[in-house]
Amino acid sequence: MKQNKLYAFLVPVVSVIIALLIASIIIMAVGKNPIEAYSIMISGAFGGSEQLANTLVKMTPLLLTGLAVGFGFRAGIFNIGAEGQMIMGALLGAIVAMNVGSIPSVIAIPVCIIAGMLGGALWASIAGFLKAFTGAHEVITTIMLNWIAVNIASFMVTGPLAVGSGTPKSPEIADSAKLPIVLKVQASEMSIAIFIAVVVAIIMYIYLEKTTSGYELKGVGFNPYAAEYGGISIKKSIIMTMAISGALAGMAGIIDILGVAPNRFVGELSGGRGFDGIAIALIGRNNPIGIIFAALLIAALRTGSNAMQVQAQIPDDIVSIIQGIVIFLVAAERIVYTIMQLNRKKKGSVAA
Amino acid sequence: MSWIEAIFNILVNPLFYQMTLLSATPFIFASIGGTFSEKTGVTNIALEGIMLMGAFVSIVFTYLTGSPWLGVLMAVVVGVGFTWFHAWASIRWCADQIVSATAINIIALGLTGFLMKPIFGNEGRTDYIGRVQNIKLDFLKDVPFFGEIFYDLSPFVYLALFSVLFSWILFYRTPLGLRMAAVGENPEAADTLGINVSGTRYFGVLAGSAFASLGGAFLAVGELGSFGENMIHGRGFIALAAMILGNWNPVGALLASLLFGAAEAMNLQLQSSSIVSVPNTVKPLFNMLPFIITLIVVAGFVGKSRAPAADGVPYEKKG
Repeated sequence: MKQNKLYAFLVPVVSVIIALLIASIIIMAVGKNPIEAYSIMISGAFGGSEQLANTLVKMTPLLLTGLAVGFGFRAGIFNIGAEGQMIMGALLGAIVAMNVGSIPSVIAIPVCIIAGMLGGALWASIAGFLKAFTGAHEVITTIMLNWIAVNIASFMVTGPLAVGSGTPKSPEIADSAKLPIVLKVQASEMSIAIFIAVVVAIIMYIYLEKTTSGYELKGVGFNPYAAEYGGISIKKSIIMTMAISGALAGMAGIIDILGVAPNRFVGELSGGRGFDGIAIALIGRNNPIGIIFAALLIAALRTGSNAMQVQAQIPDDIVSIIQGIVIFLVAAERIVYTIMQLNRKKKGSVAA
Repeated sequence: MSWIEAIFNILVNPLFYQMTLLSATPFIFASIGGTFSEKTGVTNIALEGIMLMGAFVSIVFTYLTGSPWLGVLMAVVVGVGFTWFHAWASIRWCADQIVSATAINIIALGLTGFLMKPIFGNEGRTDYIGRVQNIKLDFLKDVPFFGEIFYDLSPFVYLALFSVLFSWILFYRTPLGLRMAAVGENPEAADTLGINVSGTRYFGVLAGSAFASLGGAFLAVGELGSFGENMIHGRGFIALAAMILGNWNPVGALLASLLFGAAEAMNLQLQSSSIVSVPNTVKPLFNMLPFIITLIVVAGFVGKSRAPAADGVPYEKKG
């Protein structure tokens, strides 16, 4: 048992190391120095309080999308549509946030966050309903819903919500809906959003590990037939899981509008953060506490890669490559086991 | 002009049917590719990434050699090599096939984006690089309607139609096709009969990836003559829906692809101002059309079509 837990921790760590090594070969192939690239990356992510603030700001929605995808995985559902749910959450939340007027912040902020969660939950529920009642695979339906959400968003910011000229954008949200700023370093501002996200992770941990309902949910993921035999409704469980997963993604969408300037809905949020959520959930082994560290890692890669792009002219797409390789290795974890065992055998024979 | 009138005008115009064929072509290639893979029991949601890789490689080699056909050939070679990782993880290491294919999709997105600058010097979209010439059938030119649809088409369209015929014969009229079906339906029984389960599965996944690569290459050197980041635009997933709707049969996949192609053609026609004038702000709503139709189709037909019994289930030899 202890051995299993150790492996569960080691597989993602070794996967990340292998991915960084492969990426360094790719960096060398385009004629750049990987050591220089990675050191720019590290100092770009952690080099000072400004960089650290940027990393934590980036980490907030990533942590929430990681939790969204991880929550789905625990119940045996692959929610690949966090992207679309983020957009719909941001859209609905932003519409509310534009209209809260002078309602005090203690009420306005929770109302906006709930609206964002509702937007994501409703969008995800479409895929949940389709899976529960028709058997349509959630991977296809949520990808379709992503593209539909992207088009709705671009319709909203060029049509009904459009203000000003230039890049399409919505009006700014009301001041009372903006999250309080706790840290301000030069151009970087950090709101309380990161603390909210960490609290959500802890709540999810308690729910999954300490409550009956969480136990049932994991049961459905582990063996749906046995769970149904044991009296759990699979249909209800699928829809609920999808809705909660979508609510977390929707929260990721709205939290950036409430907490990060320019506090507007700008349509396609992207940067592929819905896909980042998959990597984060897998690296964190679908465990909320693991997901906190995985989100920090991916946020650091993202922030650091911006610096790398500017200073060393290495495209930040390298982060997607690294993430893809990590996801691949975690999926085929037996490859990683075999590599670790080969290493041990080698060491063993040297000692003998 | 009323909506009904506009749609009627589109439907009586041969251009709509020509665009339907062209829009359906990548779906035909990719849905047949998916069918090859899933027939043998390996799911492949990596079609999107394989198509993106195919599109990218075809443009790169057209750029380097000046020959678009060489670009197509290399797209297939690289596409198969790239997909080998998914096959290897799924077959040799019993990986979660959905997750491993997702990794392939993400790596394709990252790698093509990453390599754009070093190769072409700019990001986002390349300049016009070159494309495969259309086949002009002059004798059809004066045939009304039918001739207008067919006289000037990309050779990829014919290649796609030929692929349907080829794969139908392979699946239903050859021993290899029967072995593929056996491995996908009941690998234990197939193994007992002496069929090489993993070999057949490698063949299914890799042959399928060759078709998916062709679909991607068509979008790049068959149509646009350039490459843009994320240019597949969800078509790989729509092709999966076409595979399901087509009930894992190449002819079914063809018909489903034509349906999705018609949705895309209708969208393009509704947006072109000569037929019906639509304010720019509403256009994004038309773009949703193919995705909404896919959603309805997947929800409506998934229970009625039947996947190979061992689809997505890794097989390990006992003992």
